[in-house]
Amino acid sequence: MIDLYPITPCAGLLPIEVGAMRLTEVDAGTITSLSPYKGRDDALSDALKAAHGMALPAPNRATGKDGNRAIWFGQRQALLLGPAPDAALSEHAALTDQSDAWAVIRLTGPGSADVLARLVPLDLRDGHFRAGHTARTDLMHMHASLTRISAQAWQIMVFRSFAQTLAHELKTAMQGVAARGGV
Amino acid sequence: MRIEGKGQIDRTRPVSFTFDGHRYQGFAGDTLASALLANDIRLMGRSFKYHRPRGVLTAGSEEPNALVTTGLGPAQEPNVRATTLELHEGLIARSQNRWPSLDWDVMAVNDLAAPFLGAGFYYKTFMWPRKFWEAVYEPVIRNAAGLGALSGEAITEKYERAWAHCDLLVIGAGPAGLMAAQVAAEAGADVILVDEDTRPGGRLNAETLEVDGMPGADWAADLADDLAALPNVRIMARTTVTGAYDGGTYGALERIAPDMAMRPGAPLACFWRIVAKRCILAAGALERPVAFQNNDRPGIMMASAVRAYLNRWDVVPGRNVAVFGNTDDAHRTAADLIAAGVHVSALIDARHHSTTDLDVPFYAGAQVSDATGRKGLEAITISRASGQDKVQADCLAMSGGWNPSVHLTCHMNGRPAWNRDIAAFTPTEGAIPGMVTAGACQGDFSTRACLEAGARAAAEVLEGFGLTLPHVEIPKAEDSAYDITPLWAVPGKGRAWLDFQNDVTVKDVKQAATENFRSVEHMKRYTTQGMATDQGKSSNVVALAVLADATGRGIPETGTTTFRPPYVPVPIAAMGSGAQGKGFAPERFTTSHAASKERGAPMIEAGLWYRPSYFPQPGETHWRQSCDREVNMVRNTVGVADVSTLGKIDIQGPDAAALLDLVYTNMMSTLKVGRVRYGLMLREDGHVMDDGTCARLGEAHYLITTTTAAAGQVMRHLEFVHQCLVPHLDVRFISVTEQWAQFAIAGPKSRALLDDLLDAPVGDLPFMGYGDVTVDEVAARLFRISFSGEHAYELAVPACYGDALFRELLTRAEALGGGPYGMEALNVLRIEKGFITHAEIHGRVTAGDIGMARMISAKKDCIGKAAAARPGLVEEGREQLVGLTPVGAVKELTSGAHLFNQGEEAVRVNDQGYITSVGFSPTFGCFLGLGFLKDGLSRHGEVLRMVDHLRGVETLVKVQDPVQFDPDGGRVRD
Repeated sequence: MIDLYPITPCAGLLPIEVGAMRLTEVDAGTITSLSPYKGRDDALSDALKAAHGMALPAPNRATGKDGNRAIWFGQRQALLLGPAPDAALSEHAALTDQSDAWAVIRLTGPGSADVLARLVPLDLRDGHFRAGHTARTDLMHMHASLTRISAQAWQIMVFRSFAQTLAHELKTAMQGVAARGGV
Repeated sequence: MRIEGKGQIDRTRPVSFTFDGHRYQGFAGDTLASALLANDIRLMGRSFKYHRPRGVLTAGSEEPNALVTTGLGPAQEPNVRATTLELHEGLIARSQNRWPSLDWDVMAVNDLAAPFLGAGFYYKTFMWPRKFWEAVYEPVIRNAAGLGALSGEAITEKYERAWAHCDLLVIGAGPAGLMAAQVAAEAGADVILVDEDTRPGGRLNAETLEVDGMPGADWAADLADDLAALPNVRIMARTTVTGAYDGGTYGALERIAPDMAMRPGAPLACFWRIVAKRCILAAGALERPVAFQNNDRPGIMMASAVRAYLNRWDVVPGRNVAVFGNTDDAHRTAADLIAAGVHVSALIDARHHSTTDLDVPFYAGAQVSDATGRKGLEAITISRASGQDKVQADCLAMSGGWNPSVHLTCHMNGRPAWNRDIAAFTPTEGAIPGMVTAGACQGDFSTRACLEAGARAAAEVLEGFGLTLPHVEIPKAEDSAYDITPLWAVPGKGRAWLDFQNDVTVKDVKQAATENFRSVEHMKRYTTQGMATDQGKSSNVVALAVLADATGRGIPETGTTTFRPPYVPVPIAAMGSGAQGKGFAPERFTTSHAASKERGAPMIEAGLWYRPSYFPQPGETHWRQSCDREVNMVRNTVGVADVSTLGKIDIQGPDAAALLDLVYTNMMSTLKVGRVRYGLMLREDGHVMDDGTCARLGEAHYLITTTTAAAGQVMRHLEFVHQCLVPHLDVRFISVTEQWAQFAIAGPKSRALLDDLLDAPVGDLPFMGYGDVTVDEVAARLFRISFSGEHAYELAVPACYGDALFRELLTRAEALGGGPYGMEALNVLRIEKGFITHAEIHGRVTAGDIGMARMISAKKDCIGKAAAARPGLVEEGREQLVGLTPVGAVKELTSGAHLFNQGEEAVRVNDQGYITSVGFSPTFGCFLGLGFLKDGLSRHGEVLRMVDHLRGVETLVKVQDPVQFDPDGGRVRD
């Protein structure tokens, strides 16, 4: 008899709390990459809407909500986080299972934007990077996906293998921000 | 000496500190320099070359003399300017460049040798014998001359890097900067206001000037408080903008306040990259000294610094102060001193037309020509047409006028322009795209003019933003005219200092001109003027004026040297923060990492990945024992290795096959579903880029693998080919490397292991076959491929099950007499089998070189095919892949060694090839190697010399087929 027990990417690394900031691992459910075939963007968006209730996100945008979200992930690429993809989607797009490929982390609390300012070069000011905005970006040499969930909540994704480095970098930055009393 | 006053120190908070081992007291709000002066310490350092006693010259970041070393051990920080070092409890500071003590410095003997140590001395003297430069002269000179030293230990303090973004960056929070920030902020622009001081106000903190009917410092503090309360304004104190770069990006160094820096997790400093749509430079101006004989005596200071110490820190640097200048600032200095009750022994104004109402001995049209008092000023000599006077003074406040801080405007190759009216360089408009200058940095020298210029600059920026200009009243302030008679160097015989920090005198500059180093850039390098940590902030303009005079040219024709970032020294620790040690690069761990570590496996880096080298067993004392055992284990029973690090790319779409046919040399469109094929990719230049496997999962669905090292490169290549060369192909691909944990199960018992492990037996999966399987009801992928030459499989499961599956595989393998194997054994196995890695396909080899010429399909085109057919890539005499084994007295091969024909000298021209991979083969009981040999394919059986010049190893080697183990491949197919 064998027992294949699953382990999440950040098991043993998170949560981390520094001051009022909190870093937690997110169980994003099933993660599926959606890449529409030639000329099928609209059809995919319609199918996504019909099956999962949200449109295909435009570049640098995310649609949907917690547990059922689509985020832009690159050129002609989106990630569906939460539900298992409806079979109809595969008529319009290449689908791959990415559920275990990404460490999905949430950073929350006052000062979280200052923490990110220490790690990513993006302009994350409130007026520029609002809830529902997303970007692929460099995070201390890691290729990351950053999505603003709300004013003080951010979703960060890096390759699963980077989880330990990501937790370390975020913790260091959180401590720096907390020590200043939240810049 | 500290006096009663209205300065900005907190007398309720005394602060203890030590300087050169002595304990002193200052107050919160002091700098180290002001606290030392308050304790009547005038001697703060020794000069670079001559070890002359030096005191503090300025009260700002331009300070050339008062450099100290702070901290102990790894925290030791050299060359800290006492003028910007905030006094804090427990501060330990030491003077520099002296031995045995600051007061009695043996190397001061250099000062007596000064006639020989002038400009160009090193260049002329230490030319011969040539070998002596590195071995003798340079170390001796470096020991004698210099500033502070690093500890040599790795730092333990934390530093930070960060980004900030804004509409408008205002550099400098003096009257111009504050005014600009206020106007822009009220219009709604997102403003970052930075200032290198601990408090906003700039010169207002150091003067007795009033703004809007209140003390200037109070006006600045009130306005800054109001601005800080706005949501669209961010004020960054203690932050020096160090450079202006492309795209509106500015570098800035923020020093963290000492009390904050002591908190756990806090950094000492933060290096900012600030991205701004527009920038207003309001950096102010720096007062310049006058060159006269012995003008470096401790106690001779800039007049602006004397006023700063007096007005801001309630410190008078002397009891008997003389003032010397060529503008009204001299009079202002004397007036402030008199008002504070300090005795002013002389007011010397170089301007003939000057007058004064002050009750002081006044010398119009006069100059200070000499100073005496070696470790502290005692008297000055005043020269007039009518003769010389000697006047007692323990402090001289000098001023040669002001140099606008144009530095940042020159960081993108801009050159400042000479402004005759103020006898100074001012910025050239548009030198930095998006930057406007305002205030003293563009030559506005009255408070009112600065306020107006700040508001005007903000209006210009707001227009660019399309924002409405708010009505902001310009406060009342003094608006006196700037009246200067240029004065650079007072004529005289002795040494008159220009560059205090690098010990460059008027004589040195004249010497440079005499020896035809007439260009200002040549003069700089010949004399080293402006090359120390202060980058000549005090000396540049005076030095070039002296050069202009010596060469008979005007100052504008002479020009300035190039201002380069950083404006102030930036610790490398700040720029590279987070990159120390393991922070240099992120670490990638496989899902089996913990289990491998538990078994004591040492890790080896493969790109960013960490992979186990070998798995030591009890009793094994050398890695070779473990490696040999693991190789035998795979050959005889079954071994398990994590191969998840290999790149995996999922490719889908109607044109997937067409894309693969283009990027692989061989045909992938003919691959049957459920089968795997070895593939080779070329670069566009015809050389081999990577190799791997290609599995067809469905009609329009492939999964390809890459080597660990080239995973990113192959992905980038596919993107390039698809986006730029064949955008019409309807194909999509994405990395699935991290989605799957994949394990090689290799050896004669691999099938038995899998039959028992999988939910259903392997069945008749053929060699190079693929099948969907389940393990504990988890969907998995099984590939029958082999990198060892054994009957082998690779089993992939979703990565979350990687840890569990690896442990399960090891348990089962061990029950069959097998176990895990690491990179060392994997390497030996593939060398025995003649399989290549990037040691062989290192970027300079063709498919032909590795014996795979026939893998370039004749039936189709592929990337690199045309270039691979170039004569130079197919001609005879190319180095081709061969196998090697030692046959000489030495039974060892070393990778990197070169091959030579027997009887020929082992020199470059006789080179026949080189060894790329070696390993001891327990299967054959000898070393085996792979390498490249000229026309190697036709030279099997030859015996050659192997010479490793680097390691000093030499032996004879026999050339043979690369494939030594199971050449007909029966074991992988059975």
